[in-house]
Amino acid sequence: MENGLIHVLLADDDEDDRLFFREAFEEIKVKTKVTLVNDGVELMNHLTHNGHPLPHILFLDLNMPFKSGMECLLEIRQNEHLKDIPIAIYSTSSSEEDIEDTFVRGANVYIKKPNNFDTLKKILEEVITINWQYHTSGLNKDIYLLNR
Amino acid sequence: MNLYIKYDMPVTCKRILQDVLDKFQLDYSMSSFWEIEIREDLSGQKLSELSSGLNNYGIEIVESHKSILVQKIKDAIIEMVYMEDKLPLSKTSSYLADKLKHRYGYISNLFSEVTYTSIENFIILQKIERAKQLLITNELTITEIAWKLNYSSVAHLSNQFKNVTGLTPSMFQRIINKRRMLKEEA
Repeated sequence: MENGLIHVLLADDDEDDRLFFREAFEEIKVKTKVTLVNDGVELMNHLTHNGHPLPHILFLDLNMPFKSGMECLLEIRQNEHLKDIPIAIYSTSSSEEDIEDTFVRGANVYIKKPNNFDTLKKILEEVITINWQYHTSGLNKDIYLLNR
Repeated sequence: MNLYIKYDMPVTCKRILQDVLDKFQLDYSMSSFWEIEIREDLSGQKLSELSSGLNNYGIEIVESHKSILVQKIKDAIIEMVYMEDKLPLSKTSSYLADKLKHRYGYISNLFSEVTYTSIENFIILQKIERAKQLLITNELTITEIAWKLNYSSVAHLSNQFKNVTGLTPSMFQRIINKRRMLKEEA
């Protein structure tokens, strides 16, 4: 069980970002299965569609068309079935106000989009490793806050 | 009189498994013939008992030794971090080696191999987790928390807290308080 595949879901409307993200996960040593969706509407359809296993972590871009990351965050946290999914916000903003606001509204992780690939790899590996401890070591998800 | 018996092995094995798992009152489901999903965290102790319970029937939990020992290491670390008074002052490596009766090098390698992290990082993570819980109950000052968790100073605790969570202890407290206020409004 411990070394099982980690399911990762990313919602991002930027194609380059999705590509970098997938490549980064291919290169880190933790084994993951990555699923990509293109916007918030697609994300909510994916999550509420029966039969999809819930991801171990959801990476959520804040600025997306049709339905923003913040709207998705609020919907997920109010949905009985989905509310326990760890959510990592993935954003270009590094303002302390944005960070605090997303945490207050239920995000667990806040990642400022890095501008180079190696940093992205390092951050994702670290987030996945810590996130895994929340799944396997009974840590309290109510106080799971991580800012990178 | 001789009775001649025919077995339906898959059914036999499944019933035995179910009987044993029910006896341990576990919340589980059989994901496949070879895999059982247990929907709770088992302590190392309970996992050992389950393992020997199954062994009576010739059923073995594959990778049992490794996972059981790793679970025991985690249990020992968590027990250590959550001690009522104050963390033990002895070196954690000798504390764990003593407690688990294995060489530290052995448990340390095994732990890294199975968990994606090192014992040292796991201890830091657990200590910060404990610090978070103490911070939100507001019963102790940050100076008292630092002392309790064996940090040499408040600055040392704050730095490690920032390294692990990316937040200062006060920002962490502010976020949790705001979340509570939002919940109360709702």
